[in-house]
Amino acid sequence: MAEIKLVPRGRIGITVEAEVIRPDLLAGKTEDEIGRLIVWQGPRELPLSQFFEVELQGPAREETRIIIEGDVSRVKRIGQGMKSGVIEIRGAAGMYTGAEMAGGKILVQGDAGSWSGMEMRGGLLQIAGNAADHVGSAYRGNWRGMTGGQILIGGDARSQLGGGLAGGSITVEGNVENFCAIRQSGGLILIKGNAVRGLGAEMNGGTVVLSGAVESFTPGFIPQGVESDPRIGELQLEGRFARFSGDYAAGKNPKGVLYCRMDREGEE
Amino acid sequence: MAANPSKTMIIKNGYLFDPLNAIDGEVLDIFIRGGRVVPSLSGSEAREATVIDARGRTVMPGGVDAHSHVAGTKVNAGRLMRPEDHYKSVLKRTKITHSGSGYTVPSVYKQGYDYAAMGYTTVFEAAMPPLEARHTHEEMRATPILDMGAYMVFGNNWFIMRYLKEGDIERAAAYVAWMMRTHKAYGIKCVNPAGVENWGWAKNVKGLDEPNIHFEVTSREIIRGLAEVNELLGLPMSLHLHANNLGHPGNWEIARDSLMITSSLEPDSKMELEWAETKESARRRQTIYLAHAQFNSYGGSSWRDFCSGAPDLAKYINQTENVVIDSGSIPFGPATTMTGDGPAQHDLYMLTGQKWSNCDVEMECGSGILSLVYLKGSAVHATMWAIGLEVLLLIDDPWKTIMTTDHPNGGMFSQYPQLIAWLMSRKARDDTAKECHKWAYERSSLGGVDREMSLYDIAILTRANSARTIGMAHRKGHLGVGADGDVTVYDIDPKDLNVNDPSYIISRFSRPDLTIKDGQIVARKGEIVYVPEGRRYYCQPYMDEEVEKEMMRDVRDWFKYYTVGFANYPVPDKYLKNPVPIPVNVPMEAVAKEVGRWQR
Repeated sequence: MAEIKLVPRGRIGITVEAEVIRPDLLAGKTEDEIGRLIVWQGPRELPLSQFFEVELQGPAREETRIIIEGDVSRVKRIGQGMKSGVIEIRGAAGMYTGAEMAGGKILVQGDAGSWSGMEMRGGLLQIAGNAADHVGSAYRGNWRGMTGGQILIGGDARSQLGGGLAGGSITVEGNVENFCAIRQSGGLILIKGNAVRGLGAEMNGGTVVLSGAVESFTPGFIPQGVESDPRIGELQLEGRFARFSGDYAAGKNPKGVLYCRMDREGEE
Repeated sequence: MAANPSKTMIIKNGYLFDPLNAIDGEVLDIFIRGGRVVPSLSGSEAREATVIDARGRTVMPGGVDAHSHVAGTKVNAGRLMRPEDHYKSVLKRTKITHSGSGYTVPSVYKQGYDYAAMGYTTVFEAAMPPLEARHTHEEMRATPILDMGAYMVFGNNWFIMRYLKEGDIERAAAYVAWMMRTHKAYGIKCVNPAGVENWGWAKNVKGLDEPNIHFEVTSREIIRGLAEVNELLGLPMSLHLHANNLGHPGNWEIARDSLMITSSLEPDSKMELEWAETKESARRRQTIYLAHAQFNSYGGSSWRDFCSGAPDLAKYINQTENVVIDSGSIPFGPATTMTGDGPAQHDLYMLTGQKWSNCDVEMECGSGILSLVYLKGSAVHATMWAIGLEVLLLIDDPWKTIMTTDHPNGGMFSQYPQLIAWLMSRKARDDTAKECHKWAYERSSLGGVDREMSLYDIAILTRANSARTIGMAHRKGHLGVGADGDVTVYDIDPKDLNVNDPSYIISRFSRPDLTIKDGQIVARKGEIVYVPEGRRYYCQPYMDEEVEKEMMRDVRDWFKYYTVGFANYPVPDKYLKNPVPIPVNVPMEAVAKEVGRWQR
């Protein structure tokens, strides 16, 4: 399979919905065929070529690779539902990037929009920059979010990261804001920075690890002692962690586990 | 524009299934002129007519749904509280159709198109609270293609409870008549009588003879009173009952006892209109029409010893002539429960922990909504599936049954073809039972039921009896002379039908070759090709003016408790497109009765 290069033709006004940009769908198609695929812009259906130059290049590879050269923060749904292949976005990505993806890899060099990795089932979504709201979360109204796969965020994430998480893992190098892990029922969220409030609210399963500080601790969590260098599945943590279970505000016997690091740098 | 503006049509050579005319698969031609069935066409008319060759296919009257939740506040609340029900189920607009969305609770446009694409032309909304009548009519007005009407909820209405406590049936009848005219309602619905009023104090009623709070009126008194009112006014349909204790183990007994209450009444429709010709009687036989029997046919005493009560309930219904039920069957998968039964919805929330909402409709009724998925692997759900088929298969006379899912409570109307497959094939039931929790056959009698319904039976359950039960057989549910030219042509050759291939039955009933409404093709193989505006039926019952005057004094006296002004209460005419008022109990008859009484 060839490498498919998509070069944005310039600034996009009304956001474009381009769930056709996924490697397993573009595989084996010619430049013309790819350019003729339909995307939505508001109420209009337009060819992909209106927004991107399409180039096939490079030697045959085992997996289809899509390179997006530039900023696509106004393009939604790139890689939605993809099952295999690689998408490399050399800029910022829009909303719903990698939503419902089941396999393959998406690498975002810039920031990623809200709902990226929504209800993901497998694969890897790596965001080098910051992530907006609801990343790796359940769709509005749904109680079960991501069920598998991995999301890596190099910067910060905003609110409701991993909402309804049921499986898979999310790692954030920076900080999160409000209601991270809300209604989590499984899986793992690892936050290396700080959280604001509502961390683990209504959680009834799974694990959250917070290495930084939390501004306002969720009241329905009960302390379960202190652990040094705890091991969570395959993840070996270092340092002293206070372990909590919860959220008792949402159920009688919740199975959610929250680790908060005690020996943080600059604090006692 | 319609392809056939004269609404003149010949449907030739099809195998016709028209139970109200006792036609069981005979090859017959149907003639339609001006949107109505006629005995024949003249030579020049025949030359102008749209001719459809239905050779080798099954032809039935357009489908009639007698109980579905498709319009009004609770339906819309069901849409609002379930965005996750919409984002994966979207319908693209075409040149003639609107866009839409929604899986278990589709938007109004999608509902209309989906029903029509499935061969249904008439759908009645099962519960319209008076205060929400405007909203209900707004949604019905926006629903394309379908002919519709709505039943009004009266079972916990303050005025009704007061009059029935006082034993004043005449004033109760005057109130119902005025309310039906005011809110453009079609029939009387009674939901958990006496219980929903108690729910205002976080209570319910458990039995038929338990007086409720403040009004001190019992469920039995309300059912009996409303049924008497119904027959006094001579409404097209009988009282439509959502019985007490719905959804609770062991509730089949209260369902049976409720059905017994009206057994001494005579059905008496006094509609002033022209009746299309039928061979069988098109007039309803029943004095009570039980809603979603599946939810009220439970045995056992708890969820541990939960089992089917359908054989017991069916035994009673088989002995009586005054009952019709609709099934409220469970085809499995996602559903959104929505009823006027607030306490039942709360119990369901306590059981499932799913998201829910509840509402008290001032002096009139209540309601609740909850999202749910029916799973084959769940013991209780598997048993409910069996019960939903038992209530249709164990009642011997198909003219006592109507097939529904109580959309979207037990499942969606778009799953009717799946129900048909189970009703027509024992093998289809056995195959599903194998995928289900073992309770499906262990806790019900379904595994021992050999009955397989014919296409004739299916036509009774999906159009003929639904139309007759609700008093619409004067023009719907059959193809006698004068009936509406609503016809469904299925790509099914009855001479070559293998009922043991469920996927065949499902696909053919899901996407009929043609859906014809008023002599015009509206859908072809599932694609909407023409979008007419449907009619809105409602009753205009007459009641003695003196009684009505006294009643209005009571209404004005208590209206201070309402949050709306009296002038804003009625549904204005402009809320209805193509309104069809049905005069009932008209003055001449009433006058004659008065004279008769005076002469005695």
